[in-house]
Amino acid sequence: MAGHPRPLSPHLQVYRPQLTSFTSIMHRLTGIGLAVGLLYLVCWLVAAASGLDAFDRLQSFNGSIIGKLLLLGWSIAFFYHLLNGIRHLAWDAGWGFELPAAYKTGYAVLIGTALLTILAWVIGYYQMGAF
Amino acid sequence: MAEASSSSKSLRSPIARARGLGSAHEGVHHWWTQRLTALALIPLGIWFVASVVCLAGADHAAITQWLGAPFTLVALSLTLIAAFYHAVLGLQVVIEDYIHTKAVKLTLIILIQFAAFAFTAAGIIALLMTAFAG
Repeated sequence: MAGHPRPLSPHLQVYRPQLTSFTSIMHRLTGIGLAVGLLYLVCWLVAAASGLDAFDRLQSFNGSIIGKLLLLGWSIAFFYHLLNGIRHLAWDAGWGFELPAAYKTGYAVLIGTALLTILAWVIGYYQMGAF
Repeated sequence: MAEASSSSKSLRSPIARARGLGSAHEGVHHWWTQRLTALALIPLGIWFVASVVCLAGADHAAITQWLGAPFTLVALSLTLIAAFYHAVLGLQVVIEDYIHTKAVKLTLIILIQFAAFAFTAAGIIALLMTAFAG
């Protein structure tokens, strides 16, 4: 920037957060998080290809508290970005732009993210014989 | 109607309208490929996450068997290509929005493009090695 700081829009100090702006910001943040997750996915594939030792080390990290928190974060980010992405594609097709519809789909995305994340982890723990 | 108003009111020249490249001089290519990769990633992403969830707790042998299966090899390679392409397009917009120093902006965009190519290649090669190791 050439010495002239431009005003931020939205002006963060006076901008009242709304569901629509929140879901928009979260789409971008989850996208960045998922890009990092992609790098981790490739590391996982490389570890699987390079043999038992490397793979087991990565898997035991996945089973640690930090590993589980990362996987939980990535699963929330995935389901959110997936559902809100479909919402964006619908907007691109010209559907759901009215404010009541945008709010309804916004809440649907948040509830759907929570349900799908819980479902995924319940099935995952069931696969591991937790219950 | 459009022609009548554009000849009198539009600031855009007829040749610019015909080219349809807009102010960014790139047309809708970025926008369109982001939507195409998004569309592809709906089934691919759901398939991948569902598969990984069902593989929770599986050991190295079971996971490499799944990774090496022909369907997984093809579908996961496509997932990596579409996902990294989609990620580059998305991150590029984030960089363009927040980084205003031209040199830094360009450097970052080049870096994420190189990184995406490298990681996509690494992922697919790892998959091939797993598939053909046995």
